[in-house]
Amino acid sequence: MPTLSSYLIISAILFSLGLFGVITRRNGVAVLMSVELILNAANINFVAFARFGGMDFSGHVFSLFVIILAAAEAAVALAIILNIFNNLGTVNIDEANQLKQ
Amino acid sequence: MNGEFFIFGLVALLTIVSSATVVIAKNLIYSAIALLFALLGVAGLYIFLWADFIAVTQVLIYVGGILVLIIFGIMLTHRITDVELSHSSIQRGAGGAVVTIIFLGLFSMISKTTWYSASAVEPDETIRQIGRLLMVDYLVAFEVASILLLAALMGAALLSRKID
Repeated sequence: MPTLSSYLIISAILFSLGLFGVITRRNGVAVLMSVELILNAANINFVAFARFGGMDFSGHVFSLFVIILAAAEAAVALAIILNIFNNLGTVNIDEANQLKQ
Repeated sequence: MNGEFFIFGLVALLTIVSSATVVIAKNLIYSAIALLFALLGVAGLYIFLWADFIAVTQVLIYVGGILVLIIFGIMLTHRITDVELSHSSIQRGAGGAVVTIIFLGLFSMISKTTWYSASAVEPDETIRQIGRLLMVDYLVAFEVASILLLAALMGAALLSRKID
């Protein structure tokens, strides 16, 4: 049986990789993908603590809410990125530094 | 029990390698495909944690919904003939240093703590329990989530509409 620590370490690795992507990526869509990695790391923690805390299903419900939030966030963020692309002709977030052209 | 450890290691390795590919790959399409495998690996971890419903939801919503949305986003913001479909990263050294420090802090915290672990039996079904919690204990949050999804739907439609 894998222990709780192994899940937590996998989750920490996922979180660190996602944070690395958010810090270093220039493309807006790539930043969005990294944010999804961070949300997944949080979800693994929720479900792992639910499993090793005596199978408490509240953790499962919370991870469902995180998935719902991720869906809403992805839809709105992609709409914003498409708008940035239409207005400025780029999706590089370090070049998108004005509110209107 | 050895086989279980072996498969767990494979799933964990798949998740970690794919996640690394997501943030390192030069080509954005490669990142998206690697994200697919990372999400599938996380779904496999959920199955190891006896959370079958969450695993199915993960595959349905993340792989079926969010990933398709992200690939749409890539396709709509790049011309397919563009040489510039690849994209660059900035400040890899500094970012890597900061992230390594954060990870080492997390790692030492996780390995130093003696985690309380309650004994549990594998449940026959998880859906009934989750449904009861959603409809009784977390009803308000459930309804707020539906309002949030409606608002996000309308917001996304409004934002991506051409405004004359």
